[in-house]
Amino acid sequence: MTERVFPGDLHNPPPRTVAAPKTLFDVTEMELNFGPQHPSTHGVLRIVLKVDGEKIIEAIPDVGYLHRGTEKLFESETYPMAIPHTDRLDYVAAATNNHAYCLTVEKLLAVEVPRRAQLIRVILDELQRLSSHLVWLGTSGIDLGAVTPFWYCFREREQILDFFEEYCGARLTLNCMRIGGLPFDLTPSWAEKVSEFIDDFPSRVDDYETLLTDNRIWKKRTVGVGVISAEECVEWGLTGPIIRGSGLEWDLRRAQPYECYEELDFIVPTGKNGDTYDRYLVRVAEMRQSAKIVRQCLDRLEPGEIRGKVPRVIKPVAEEIYASVESPKGELGFYLVSNGTNKPYRLHVRPPSFINLQALPRLARGHLVSDLVALIGTIDIVLGEVDR
Amino acid sequence: MAEAAAKPGAADASGHPWVASIRAAVPDGVSAAKSFAGQVTVTVPREKILDVARHLKEAEDFRYCVDVTAVDWWKREPRFDVVYHFYSFSKNDRIRVKLAAAEGESVPSIANLYLASNWSEREIFDLYGIVFEGHPDLRRILTWDGFEGHPMRKDFPLEGIDTGAAIYPEEWPAGGGPSPNDPNRRVVSS
Repeated sequence: MTERVFPGDLHNPPPRTVAAPKTLFDVTEMELNFGPQHPSTHGVLRIVLKVDGEKIIEAIPDVGYLHRGTEKLFESETYPMAIPHTDRLDYVAAATNNHAYCLTVEKLLAVEVPRRAQLIRVILDELQRLSSHLVWLGTSGIDLGAVTPFWYCFREREQILDFFEEYCGARLTLNCMRIGGLPFDLTPSWAEKVSEFIDDFPSRVDDYETLLTDNRIWKKRTVGVGVISAEECVEWGLTGPIIRGSGLEWDLRRAQPYECYEELDFIVPTGKNGDTYDRYLVRVAEMRQSAKIVRQCLDRLEPGEIRGKVPRVIKPVAEEIYASVESPKGELGFYLVSNGTNKPYRLHVRPPSFINLQALPRLARGHLVSDLVALIGTIDIVLGEVDR
Repeated sequence: MAEAAAKPGAADASGHPWVASIRAAVPDGVSAAKSFAGQVTVTVPREKILDVARHLKEAEDFRYCVDVTAVDWWKREPRFDVVYHFYSFSKNDRIRVKLAAAEGESVPSIANLYLASNWSEREIFDLYGIVFEGHPDLRRILTWDGFEGHPMRKDFPLEGIDTGAAIYPEEWPAGGGPSPNDPNRRVVSS
């Protein structure tokens, strides 16, 4: 008869005598391919990870899978023909791309944009910022296991895309701005519909916050993950919600106001700790501010011109110019070199995602592999813009 | 940048305080300076870029490297321009620093001074073939390792080149694009 083994004191188990093997196959460091076909990389991003168990020793991003040579295409087409190409850079925020490009050419031509066009541009920009942040909130929520906010975010995003569709016929690749102004005026009831939506929007943000802000799991996944100081942000060239999450109140809409941002009343939200959670708070606060800006612009809308005086054939002086806007991801700039013909000699994009992604190795070092998902989410990259 | 009304053509900016400051700190550091639409452009000799960048960062507080890019002037000699944009938070303004590099000449890398310029320099290396001396990790970034040619050069065909990847064998039996002998192949010139 075999001796019966009793479990003993369950609360004080005897120490394990057999030690777990130190390494699997005698390997302490492993190389792991994260992507390019991985749902949490938000596109075709590959990250080569050097891991020690679950811990990241090094994360090396490998980009370029979506490189389409947009900058090369710019050089072969006339100035207005470049606008649809800019849609395809940051394809969840096409309006701000159009805006940055048009602003650059306008600056070179020294064209004045009529006031009504300025206001509508700002409305489109801010609606675009809302939709971009909603995509970010929904998808990075899903990445970290919070599926519910996604449905709420995309419900509102759908409404915003409907507004865009009513304005210019497209939902994503908007092509909604022209050099010197706008292609179309608003449809008759557009302003009322947007107005109704925007007045209700803060309550929707409350809904998302109820789901996430004090959620224990959300905080466990985000607080203290990917901490970066404001000085380091400057060093790495990080802009947008990342630098603001680290406490530096820097927003191009405030620092170097373009269009009519100067007269609008809004605050630039900042975080304190520079971690993923603070960047989340900054983006959520930005959504409220964007709603406020749209409200103010709608109140100021008056009938008027929507196109400035732009020559039919655009042939700027042979000069160079740089202009940038605050896109949902950070500083989106265009550097334009003209040689006096009707085509840009060189048009370079300064994409915020590309520069921000560069800091991923710095953010990921020492974290767990599952935190990498949170970090890719918090940088808020769009591969169309990274690879161009 | 101040929203000054852009006049046709650029104004000389040799008297600008930043230009004077670079001149004082780096001997022969400035070869030309101009200002257009409120944007100051300083042209520096190729070998002085690291000194100028260090001076701008440490003394003039241009701590944020916005962007580094290049321009191919093809038939000009020297062929390339490398263009840097720096931003100062205290001045709330940008400065553009340019240098000229001939084909085959290498440019001192500022990637150790400005971490933000690392990938931008890799991109220039990839798309223009300009080598950055002292760059910590100079590899191709947007095209793949083993890609031949530098796509953003003006003499690179817009249609692309035959990379040997047979994606559309019916149309291009030889590879992924029109062959170099294809009469319809276009070279984009300035």
